[in-house]
Amino acid sequence: MQVTMTVNDVEVTREIEGRLLLVHFLRDVLALTGTHWGCDTSNCGTCVVWLDGEPVKSCTVLAAMAGGHEVRTVEGLAKNGELDPIQEGFMQCHGLQCGFCTPGMMMTCRALLDRNPDPTDAEIRDAISGQICRCTGYSTIVRSVRWASVHEAASSRQEASA
Amino acid sequence: MTTVQEPKFSEFHDNDQKPVGFGRMLRKEDPRFIRGRGRYTDDIQLPGMLHLAILRSPFAHARIVSVDTSAAEASPGVKLVVTGAMLAEKGLAWMPTLSNDVQAVLATDKVRFQGQEVAFVVADDRYHARDALELIDVDYEVLEPVVDARRALAEDAPLIRDDLQGKENNHVFDWETGDEAATEAVFASADVVVQQDIVYPRVHPAPMETCGAVADFDAVEGKLKLWSTTQAPHAHRTLYAIVAGIPEHKIQVISPDIGGGFGNKVPIYPGYVCAIVGSILTGKPVKWMEDRSENLISTGFARDYIMRGEIAATRDGKILAIRTNVLADHGAFNGTAAPVKYPAGFFGVFTGSYDLQAAYCKMTAVYTNKAPGGVAYACSFRITEAVYLVERIVDCLADELNMDPAELRIKNFIQPDQFPYETKTGWVYDSGNYEPTMRLAMDMAGYAELRKEQEEKRARGELMGIGIAFFTEAVGAGPRKDMDILGLGMADGCELRVHPTGKAVVRLSVQTQGQGHETTFAQIVAEEIGIPPADIEVVHGDTDQTPFGLGTYGSRSTPVSGAAAALVARKVRDKAQLIASGMLEVSVADLEWVKGAFQVKGDPGKSVTIQDIAFRAHGAGDLPDGVEGGLEAQICYNPSNLTYPHGAYICVVDIDPGTAQVKVRRFIAVDDCGTRINPMIIEGQVHGGLTDGVGMALMEMIAFDEDGNCLGASLMDYLIPTSLEVPDWETGFTVTPSPHHPIGAKGVGESATVGSPPAIVNAVVDALKPFGIRHADMPLTPSRVWDAMRGRATPPI
Repeated sequence: MQVTMTVNDVEVTREIEGRLLLVHFLRDVLALTGTHWGCDTSNCGTCVVWLDGEPVKSCTVLAAMAGGHEVRTVEGLAKNGELDPIQEGFMQCHGLQCGFCTPGMMMTCRALLDRNPDPTDAEIRDAISGQICRCTGYSTIVRSVRWASVHEAASSRQEASA
Repeated sequence: MTTVQEPKFSEFHDNDQKPVGFGRMLRKEDPRFIRGRGRYTDDIQLPGMLHLAILRSPFAHARIVSVDTSAAEASPGVKLVVTGAMLAEKGLAWMPTLSNDVQAVLATDKVRFQGQEVAFVVADDRYHARDALELIDVDYEVLEPVVDARRALAEDAPLIRDDLQGKENNHVFDWETGDEAATEAVFASADVVVQQDIVYPRVHPAPMETCGAVADFDAVEGKLKLWSTTQAPHAHRTLYAIVAGIPEHKIQVISPDIGGGFGNKVPIYPGYVCAIVGSILTGKPVKWMEDRSENLISTGFARDYIMRGEIAATRDGKILAIRTNVLADHGAFNGTAAPVKYPAGFFGVFTGSYDLQAAYCKMTAVYTNKAPGGVAYACSFRITEAVYLVERIVDCLADELNMDPAELRIKNFIQPDQFPYETKTGWVYDSGNYEPTMRLAMDMAGYAELRKEQEEKRARGELMGIGIAFFTEAVGAGPRKDMDILGLGMADGCELRVHPTGKAVVRLSVQTQGQGHETTFAQIVAEEIGIPPADIEVVHGDTDQTPFGLGTYGSRSTPVSGAAAALVARKVRDKAQLIASGMLEVSVADLEWVKGAFQVKGDPGKSVTIQDIAFRAHGAGDLPDGVEGGLEAQICYNPSNLTYPHGAYICVVDIDPGTAQVKVRRFIAVDDCGTRINPMIIEGQVHGGLTDGVGMALMEMIAFDEDGNCLGASLMDYLIPTSLEVPDWETGFTVTPSPHHPIGAKGVGESATVGSPPAIVNAVVDALKPFGIRHADMPLTPSRVWDAMRGRATPPI
């Protein structure tokens, strides 16, 4: 079957098998390997991408279901070569070690900040509770999101006063 | 409650003020990871690449009657189907394990655990390969399995390893350490003896990236290129040369970015060998990537120790001796990755941090119909089990004596002036200063106030527990006179080249799985040679690009390879000094090293930087007599001893009396790993290990039913902590340098995984004291805690 979707602002059309999972479509067909495959059961969240702005686990979404929709992956987080504050925050606060869960974590955390620019620690923990990180123990991920939140607030204040 | 420290930009750039050497520094590897540009094994796509999938046994123990692959061979996209019988014709059906046992690559005669490899398919994509697996028809004759290790040596137990000539039972090895008679004498005359049965159940490291490989065999060159998820690329290359008969110089093993290892990626798995065979037979690159269930049911597990601990003490709390008897379940093949002379790993450090008169351990290891493996999950070669045993039994003693567990520990610590300290099981602890570490943890926790709070809560019927664990680890294997894996000495090489413009490349034999080697090793070299870390490229994970060494596991990177990096840099600096003496026209003895430059003693105006020297080393000018051009060196470092980090952990839990749910409210971890290279990275590693501890203590267990079916075969069943199960970690540190390590550093990567489970279990048992409980086994799930509260605590296996 043929599927057409927008991935990171670019429209793509491909001939696929109906059973192809979105995660494999992104990785194997489009070579966007920043999205990872970790568990098959929607437990680990290394495969989180956005479908029309909402974080979804792409190991349990068929590529065909994304047809006509907008997908955003970690490769689409930076804008015009400039890192998203969430990416900067993960670097600044050591929110990653092996890096495998990181793309999915960042997609979820970016979506959190978009609807809640100043989340509490508990809200951050709740947002990432459907994802697993085996390296960091989560505290530094919470700090990373806080960093992004604080710095976004600071830069929007600057913009407002300019 | 604690609050997250508000990150201030300045806190993250200590190294901006001190552009060379140790201190907090952002990681050099992060820019690619946060852009989704990591390079993991499954990211590799080669032209014409095929995909491999493995058919696994549904039974724990069964005889293979027949295998029919005809329908699978006719399935769309299928290029190749291989069975054990086909491998046997090529002499490849069995491979050596890291413990001198053999393991089936594909089963020929019997399957010996659920999930064992039976056949593989190579097809044009991963879906077609999976389709064909369904069409392979295997006729099994089901046999009685051995699931309970306690039954493995029974007279009527089924024989698992009938492939081993002359094997008549399921015995793997007996092992003992310490002095049995001396220990018995101490026990016989002791005031107090406490005995406790303690089980460390089977758990799994479950890294987020599963295991896999891409094999690309070039028949014309006779060269094999293998990308694989391995923590030990050089050791794997040597083993492939032995197993597959490909000359070692024709094998290149590349370990790209690894999505977590924790010991899971130390062994050679049948899948790697299958991928190699698949590429040789098809002439195409072949990728094998296991799924989560395959990872959980077939790859390196951890623990599975059934222990009886005994401790002898005086009535006033002086610990005299510890004795233990262990039944070790090694699964169907002995795949333990440990130095050859140490079949029980470093379990011998079960004497802990205490000054004893005697100690003795007797261990029996058995085969069962479970997945092989045996040392994994950040355990430092079985130190996890040893520390859990001693820290649990010490708490049992504290309960018996009605003593505070912190004070009991402090009373029995090995004293600073006793180091180097030889334990009663023959381990020489290099350095330690335990009491300040313990006191700092107690201060951070507010220990006295916590006990007061607990007393008040108990009076109200609330369940609050405070658990303490103090550990000493033995990491950095190891001295080659004692330690080897399959005959390969556990040394590590390091090569450093300084380019003409003063930039450098350092090549390591160890392999990061998230530990941040690209950053810390640059810092080690920077500290020694004065070139900023940003100007030092760290190359690792490619056997064609790096010197030989045994890889990263058992917290050995900093103790062994880190020492190699420091020493190779000093070797380069020595040569730089010779060249500097020529440039400044003074004798070598008249020069002093100020970080980054040699200057004439007493004349700071006359100096040359390392960058100046590098250019001269490669330049046209004269060099002193006998000095070759270039500025580079290579060494192979053989450690003289292990390093012995220690730490004090305090855990506070609350238990809901209505649901028996355990909540870890606080966790205070004070670690002493000697000299600290990058505190940010150390803290991160400690956090990760503490989270492992919550998993093992409260959630994680690979269980089996009576037929040998694995009950933890997905992340729906094998529960790993999320952000909701763990607290915000509170960490502190003390510094007791290692006297024999060139920079005084000790390993830390597994300290928290080792030290946290006993702290959490001790806290839960402490909370349950009103129920008259002295011990309850992990995992302390609500149902198991509920049972414990009603006097029905039972072992998990």
